[in-house]
Order: sequence, then C-alpha cells, then structure tokens
Amino acid sequence: MAKSIVKALDGAQAVSNAMRQINPDVVAAYPITPQTAVVQNFSQYVADGIVDTEFVTVESEHAAMSACIGAAAAGGRVMTATASAGLALMWEVVYVAASMRLPIVMSVVNRALSAPLNIHCDHSDSMGARDAGWIQLYAETAQEAYDNTLQAVRIAEHPDLLLPVMSMQDGFITGHGVERVEILDDAEAKKFIGTYQPKHSLLDVDHPATYGAWDFYDFYFEHKRQQTDAMSKAMPIIVQVGEEYGKLTGRKYGIFDPYEMDDAEVAIVVLSSTAGTARTVVKALRKKGVKIGLIKPRVFRPFPARELTEALKDVKAVAVLDRSVSFGAMDGAGPLFLELCAALYSYGNGRGPLAVDYIFGLGGRDVIPAYIEQVAQDLLRIAETGERGDLVRYLGLRE
Amino acid sequence: MPNLEATWKEASWGGVVYEAGNSVEYITGGWRSFRPIRDMKQCTHCMICWVYCPDSSILVKDGKVVGFDYDHCKGCGICAQECPVNVKEPHEYTGQMGKVIQMVPETEFEGW
Repeated sequence: MAKSIVKALDGAQAVSNAMRQINPDVVAAYPITPQTAVVQNFSQYVADGIVDTEFVTVESEHAAMSACIGAAAAGGRVMTATASAGLALMWEVVYVAASMRLPIVMSVVNRALSAPLNIHCDHSDSMGARDAGWIQLYAETAQEAYDNTLQAVRIAEHPDLLLPVMSMQDGFITGHGVERVEILDDAEAKKFIGTYQPKHSLLDVDHPATYGAWDFYDFYFEHKRQQTDAMSKAMPIIVQVGEEYGKLTGRKYGIFDPYEMDDAEVAIVVLSSTAGTARTVVKALRKKGVKIGLIKPRVFRPFPARELTEALKDVKAVAVLDRSVSFGAMDGAGPLFLELCAALYSYGNGRGPLAVDYIFGLGGRDVIPAYIEQVAQDLLRIAETGERGDLVRYLGLRE
Repeated sequence: MPNLEATWKEASWGGVVYEAGNSVEYITGGWRSFRPIRDMKQCTHCMICWVYCPDSSILVKDGKVVGFDYDHCKGCGICAQECPVNVKEPHEYTGQMGKVIQMVPETEFEGW
C-alpha cells in the first residue's frame, strides 16, 4: 500500500489538500460560505508557490465556471469549488460545461438555498443541479471528500466519458468538522491522477477546432443523446477507479456503501454525513437483534437504479432520508426517494420493498440518533403490518 | 462538407467543429427576404459595399466588383444603404431611380 500521512483536517482542508496534489492548470473560483475555506486554503498554496496553478479571482460564480470552461476547452486540467447560491448563480454555465464535454472537477460544500437566508447544510444546491449532466459523488466524511476529489479527476478525464464531476460534502458538518484524514503521499497521488491528455485543445493551432458553435434542430438532439450515452458508461469506470484507489490506499470505493444489508429486512438509504449517524443507530439496533441495514449511495449521477433495486430486493420496507425537497413532486418527496421509487418500479419486477420518504435536516436542522431510531420503528411496523402509511414524513420538524 | 446525416454515434462530442473555416459550407442565403441587386453598368467599383458587407458577400475580381455571394448574403441591406452612387438612368433591374444597389423582395425571384 502507498505511503500516507495522518492529519487532523476539516473537510475543506482535505479537499484543498487534494487540489494541491492535483495541481490543476487553472482554478477559477469565488468564495461562498461554507466552501470559502476550500479556495482560501488553495489560494494560499498558490501564493506560496506550492502549486503552479493559474488562480483566477473572478467576480462571480457565473464567471468562475465560464473561466473554467474556457480553460478546459484550451486543454487544461481545471477545478473550482462552490456552494448554495454560488452554484445557483453558475446555473447556465454548469450545463455548458457538461454539454461541451469538459472534464472539470468541482467541489461542492452543500448548503441550503435562499430564501430565507441560510448558510447551513442541506442538499438543495447540488440536487438542483442533478440534471445538468455532471457526475455527482457524495461524501460522508472529510476522508471521503479527499478521496473522491482525487478519483473525480480520473473519472472526469476518462476518454470514454469526458464529463465534469461534482464532488459533494456536507456544509459545516463535514466541511468545518476536524477529522482524522489520511493524505496520500504526494508522489503517489500524482501518479494515481496521471497526466491529462486533452482530446483537443483551443491552443493547438496545428489542429484548429471550434468550441461552442451553435447547434440547431439539425444536431442538438444528437449531442444530447451522446451525453446520455456517456452517463450510461460512467458507472463501470467509477467502480474501476474506486477499485484502483482501494489497492493504493486500502480504501476501496464503489457505487454505494452497504452496511448490515446481507439479511436486512428493513433498510435506510441516506446520503453524506447523516449516514454516519444512521450507521451508529443501525449498529445499536443490530445488537438488539433488529434486522436493519443501511445503504449510503456515493454516486447519485448516474443514478444506480439497477444496483439499488438489486440491493433492496429482499427488504420488506425501505426508508429514504432526503435532505432536500423536490417541491411539487409526488407528495412533496425528495429527489433521492423519487429516483429510488422509479428504479424499484422499473427494475423490481413488481416486487420490492414498501418505500417511504423522510425529509430531514433542511437548512442545517440537526439530525439526532433518536430521529433515526424513530425511522427504524416506523420501518419495522410497516414491514410487520404491510401498511405503508404516509408516503412522505418529516424528521425533526415542529408539528 | 460536414455529414449532415451523422447519427448521434457519429457526430462529434460536444459539437466541436474540427474543420477550420467551414462556415463557408453553411449556406445562410436561405434566410434572405430581400435581395441586393446591382446595376453593373452604373457601378463605379468604389468598394464601399465591400468594406461594409458584414458577411463578406461582395465578390471582387481584379479590383472590380463582379457580383454577390447569394449563398451567404443574408439580405441585411447594408450595401444598399451605404452605396454612395446614385443612378443617372433608371436602375437596370428595378427601373427605379435611387442607388446603384437596390433591395428587391425575394418573392419576385424564381423558386420562391
């Protein structure tokens, strides 16, 4: 296994350390809480001459992503970071990056969207961008945020994909929480990332190419179909990169992280840091003999529909915990639940668990083990009675 | 000429155009609703139209204006507006007095 050093880092520092090792050609970013620490740390590396990166201090997130697109089209390895309203302001160009097949890596430190104004964690920002054509990875810990950042570069730049990757961690909870983080030896990290050979480059004057030309009813449709195709090819590449990373570090990554699922009769599905709380509760309930399991999806885009359906096929009841709302969707459910229901309906062969959704943690509302225990009790009752009850429920809401 | 029948598997990723300067192959003349017509006998070849044309559609040979590139002229009318020469006799096509270059509705031409 490769050398690494253990450090006490928060999630933001973990990501900026990954960026230091990646040493991108260009980083264009604008500060926004709680992402600020990511680019602040990184700009210090630039100022200290530790990295060679051209750091572009832009006037907005829209400009940040636009600069990233230009730099990536020029053939550079390009990164940025944002959160919340910053991602929302980027909106137009977030789609452009994916549609132009530019393998930009963006660190997102999840934060609620306004209004009312809130700086704390939920997933409305990145979930809002779920259909933009970016691969999406969600991290539970600072370690995962670091590991995903390094892997994101390899995934994005894979010649069969050329898709941008958004790498998420929970604002404050992970982003500002100090944890034990293993940082790979710099040389090993650089070797793992490798060098980037762009398919073509604006700066290659011997092979001139035009980027971002208009595309009407005659070709636009074909280009959109190509993006769908690229997404469909991403999962095995994400798995392959995760296995390679596992051999290097001892930390293998897959599509999702199952816990106590082998004989589970009920299961909880939740993204990011809350999976840690849920695992603690599942562990305690297992000691009491409760057959409960946990699935923490790591990859949300592309959505692992078949894989999750397979993992849940023997479960009687499943609870999805959603940290964002798709307003106006079925019963006011969240995006993770909606995707999972579509998967169970389409690939479950008419079988599969009864599924309920819990909206939780909006705007940073705390999630305590007692809430997860309540979910477990609900699931056991649903499994026993076969009666689902309310499709969408709320955790930690004053009612 | 790009393959306009390319399937989604054949088209370039992200709409990148590899053929440099291939916009000449994109025929934009079909957008035109007014066609500039020059009275060749009364044109002084001052080249003002050539200077102003935003689509490089004034054809010139050996220092003389020889016609319009109707495959790419979008009929904006800037040449007719900027033409500094008034005809001394009625325009050979329109029969009207006015500029050497005059705009004529496309509906008056064959194939409309």
